[in-house]
Amino acid sequence: MSSEFLQHGLPSKNDDQRPGPPLWLLAEITYRCPLHCAFCFNPVDFATQEQELSTEGWLKVLREARAMGSVQCGFSGGEPLLRDDLEVLVAEASSLGFYTNLLTTGVGLTEKRALALKEAGLAHIQLSFQDSTKESNDFLSNTKTFDLKQRVAGLIKQHEWPMVLNCVIHRMNIDHIDKIIDMALDLGAEYLELANAQYYSWAVVNRDQLLPSKEQLESAERITNEYRERIGDRMKIIFVVPDYYESRPKKCMNGWGNVFLTIAPDGTALPCHTARMLPGLEFPKVDEHSLEHIWYDSEGFNRYRGTGWMKEPCKSCPEAEIDLGGCRCQAFMLANDPAAADPVCDKSPHRSVVDEAIAHAQIPDNERVVEHQLVFRDPKESRRLTQIATETEEPI
Amino acid sequence: MSTELNESSVPALNSLFRLQYEEAQESWVLLYPEGMVKLNQSAAEIMQRCDGQKTIGNIVEELEKAFETSVLVSDVTGFVNVAIEQNWLKIKVSS
Repeated sequence: MSSEFLQHGLPSKNDDQRPGPPLWLLAEITYRCPLHCAFCFNPVDFATQEQELSTEGWLKVLREARAMGSVQCGFSGGEPLLRDDLEVLVAEASSLGFYTNLLTTGVGLTEKRALALKEAGLAHIQLSFQDSTKESNDFLSNTKTFDLKQRVAGLIKQHEWPMVLNCVIHRMNIDHIDKIIDMALDLGAEYLELANAQYYSWAVVNRDQLLPSKEQLESAERITNEYRERIGDRMKIIFVVPDYYESRPKKCMNGWGNVFLTIAPDGTALPCHTARMLPGLEFPKVDEHSLEHIWYDSEGFNRYRGTGWMKEPCKSCPEAEIDLGGCRCQAFMLANDPAAADPVCDKSPHRSVVDEAIAHAQIPDNERVVEHQLVFRDPKESRRLTQIATETEEPI
Repeated sequence: MSTELNESSVPALNSLFRLQYEEAQESWVLLYPEGMVKLNQSAAEIMQRCDGQKTIGNIVEELEKAFETSVLVSDVTGFVNVAIEQNWLKIKVSS
């Protein structure tokens, strides 16, 4: 998600007992996807959650969220175009006054559907790319989609949508960052998000292959800054650093239950798209409760709101309000405790886990012992990994 | 960059942005891909009038009338300059 929103969004109201409304509604309308990206953000066990909300179910979500004050609505997935009621949902969201965003791989965006989405009032399309060359894009997504994406980019321009290109950056494509920027300029994008992979879900499975070295990262940042200088206002480039390389954690989702409300395909309401992994926490479903109740009163949304839940070193930390202890999912994955300090923080007693991963990332590819090949996201792998996790009780 | 603003310049909202009133926040906001800027009252009053038709002179006149005051020229041009820098507004080139 763009960091812009976090910078310009409303300030968090920690002193106020009642949080503000969920300004950002992310409707993950399906986990189905034609791509198989090795850094996919969907939960590793997605294939075990095949149920999807009905059209009526989604319309109810849109109406309730808008009535509470939601402004931005993202239609995401999986690939949202795989649902043939997308146009109906976009039309309702637009007429309710949402600013509607479609986050797509481009697969399925035909001329006909582009026209229907334009008529439905879709405000913006974010198109994902995996790399600047056909070979690499198609390898990283494990599909033949590069040419299609180029065509879709043309379609977006033709219909005069603002275009945001999103490219997830990692060890295998970070050295082509100049080519990726050139491609975005050629396609006429208004914004380019160079979002370094963060290590959740499938990216955790493939972390050794994806985490760049410090040298790679510094070089990519330098090149990006040179481009920014050169191109000025022509295209805005957003560069997101992998948080492992920071010494303080990110204020994840701009605060738990503060701005973001994600609805998973099956109608489970989540404070972020990966929160379902957290143990001992029930997340409410939109067909059983109102969004008003879910956002303001449910245990799932209240547990890690503000600072009241914190332990040391967060509890007495002068920066507690700044980053709110970082990410709960990362704390669970790396410190096995969702209420611990995010191990990215150098005050965390578990920081060594992050440092080990970073140290490993400095070893050149040709000097490494490969533990396993790159695991591409697909339903079969999802079931296999879920099975292993159930047997070993490992978090995934 | 942009040419010097004067009273006959015609500011218009950049088509990447949408201006709307948000009941829940009791304020005007600018919406753009995945983002939002909340406007304060004076910014909102000016932005609503930047419709690609009115000149800065017209806008100043309207505001002075509406708020029973005068000498708003520098306030309005000051804000319009900031809004251009932020890319919210563009100056329409007269044909």
